[in-house]
Amino acid sequence: MASKTKLLMNVEKIRQDFPILSRTTRGKPLVYLDSAATSQKPKAVIDSVSDFFSRYNANVHRAIYELGEEATREYEGAREKVAQFIHARSPNEVAFTKSTTESLNTIAYGWGIKGKLREGDEIVSTVMEHHSNHVPWFFVQDAKGVKMKWVGMTDDGALRMDEYDDLITKRTKVVTVTQCSNVLGTINPVQEIAKRAHEVGAICVVDGAQSVPHIAVDVQKIDCDFLAFSGHKMLGPTGIGVLYGKEERLQEMEPLMGGGEMIREVHLGTAKWNDVPFKFEGGTPNMAGAIGLGVAVDYLNGIGMDSVRQHEMELTEYALDALNGVQGFHGFGLSDVSRRGGVISFTLGDVHPHDIASILDVEGIAIRSGHHCAQPLMERLNVPATARASFYVYNTHEEVDRLVAGLRKVLDVFA
Amino acid sequence: MADLKALYQEVILDHSKNPRNFHKLEPADRTALGRNPLCGDQFTVYLRMDGDRIAEIGFEGQGCAISKSSASMMTQAVKGKTEDEAEDLFDRFHDLVTGKGADPESLGKLAVFQGVSEFPIRVKCASLSWHTLKAALEAKGTVSLE
Repeated sequence: MASKTKLLMNVEKIRQDFPILSRTTRGKPLVYLDSAATSQKPKAVIDSVSDFFSRYNANVHRAIYELGEEATREYEGAREKVAQFIHARSPNEVAFTKSTTESLNTIAYGWGIKGKLREGDEIVSTVMEHHSNHVPWFFVQDAKGVKMKWVGMTDDGALRMDEYDDLITKRTKVVTVTQCSNVLGTINPVQEIAKRAHEVGAICVVDGAQSVPHIAVDVQKIDCDFLAFSGHKMLGPTGIGVLYGKEERLQEMEPLMGGGEMIREVHLGTAKWNDVPFKFEGGTPNMAGAIGLGVAVDYLNGIGMDSVRQHEMELTEYALDALNGVQGFHGFGLSDVSRRGGVISFTLGDVHPHDIASILDVEGIAIRSGHHCAQPLMERLNVPATARASFYVYNTHEEVDRLVAGLRKVLDVFA
Repeated sequence: MADLKALYQEVILDHSKNPRNFHKLEPADRTALGRNPLCGDQFTVYLRMDGDRIAEIGFEGQGCAISKSSASMMTQAVKGKTEDEAEDLFDRFHDLVTGKGADPESLGKLAVFQGVSEFPIRVKCASLSWHTLKAALEAKGTVSLE
C-alpha cells in the first residue's frame, strides 16, 4: 500500500527535522493530520526561539546597547523575510500581530469602524469564511450600519462566482474572502475577486491563514489590499501573525491598539502615530515569535513552495482515492485537487465526527472534528459537524493508509 | 494506554443506536435545551413531575454516541427519583466521568461511563444531558457547555 508515485521532496528527511513526529500518542506512533489547526515545528524554528532568549533577548527599537541592536536586526530581518515570501513591495507593508484573527480585527476596526465606511455602504463576504473573517465584520456592520452580503457556493464547494455580478455594486466598499477554505480546502480565485472589487472602488481583504502556508502567494499579483495570516500554521511559533496591507491602505488606517512603540509623540491628551507598519505594533511585540516565523519562512523556502504544493496535491489525490473506497465515507469539497488544498472534511455513515476522532485518537491518529469555526458553512452543508484530516510537508502515504485503516476500525466498532 | 473498548462498551453502543425514552413529552411540566457548541450536539429534555418526583422523562436531539447513550441511560436512571436524588446521582456520575473517585458500584448501569475519564475531552459529551436535566429541574430553559 506504499506510494503510488514518486514524491518530489524527501519527506522522510523532512520528518527528521520535526522532533514531535518521533513521539507516540496512546502508545502508537503519532500520525498528525491536523495541520490546518496548527502545524508542527521544525527544530530550526524551535531552536531560534530558544536562541533569542538565550543569546540576544532585549526590547526591539528601544535599547541603546548591542543586545538591543541584535534583537532589532533579527526582528526586522524577519519582517523582510516575510515581506519577500509574499512578494510585498516593501517590509513597511508587513505588520506583526498575534494572529490572523488580530490582523482581520485590525483591518475591520481601522479601515471599517474608524474609517470611511458610512451607513448604506456594503461589505461582500462569502459563506465559507472562518469565524475570524465573519465576526470582525459583524462589528463593523453593527457600529456603522453597513450592510453585509454573502456569496454562496455550489454543492461541491466552489464559490458561486456569478453571484459577485449581482452582489458587488457601487455601494460595495469591502470585498473579503478566504483564499483557501479551512473546511473544504477550496482555493478561491482571489485575483479575479480583487479585480472585481477594484472595478467599483472597493478594497479586497484576503484571509490567507490556510493559503500562505501551503501555496505560493504573491500579493502584487493578487493585487489584494490586505492579507492576513498566522505563523503557527506555517511551521512558525504560536502568537505571531501578519497583517499585510498596501502601504497607502495602512497609512489611511487607524491603529487598533494604542501604547508604546506605535507612537511618534505623546502629550497629555493627544498623540501622533508612528510610521507604518510600527503604528500597528503597540506594546512590546512577540520578538521571539517573529524571529521564529522568519526561520519558518527560510525552511519553507528551502523546500520550495511549488514542491510543498505538489506534495500536498499528490497526497490529497492519493487520500481521496483511498478514502472513497471506505464504506460510508462522504467527502466534502471539489474532486479536482488542483483547485483545493490538503484539507479533507468528511462524514462516515451516521457515526458522529467526535466518535470518529476518539477512535482514531486511540489509534494514534490526530484529526479534527467539529464545526471548524465555520458554523455558517456547516449550515450551508447541512451538517452539525464534520471530521477533518489535513496535510502538510511532513505527511506520508503510509499515514494516509493508517487513516484509512483507522476509519475501517471505526466502522467495526459501530457495525 | 487508553482502551477503545472502555469508551465504547456494548451497552453504550446499544443505547446510542436504540436510545430509550427518545421522544417528546406532551404536555411536559418542565423542558430544557442543552447545547455543546464545540460539536453541535444538542438535546432537549422533557419532564413530567409528580410533586418533586420525576414521573416521566423523555429527550430529543442529536449528538455523538457518548452523549446520546448517556442521555438515554440517564432517563432510565432518574425516572421515579426526586429532584434531590437526581442531582445527587448527577454529582456522583460527574465524579465518575472526571475520574474523581466515585464508586462505580453505587452508580449501577451508569458505571459503564467510567471509561470516559480516560478521555477528558469527552466529559462534556457524557454530561451534556445531565446538565440539561439540571437546567430543566431548575427551570433554566437552556444550558450551553463551553
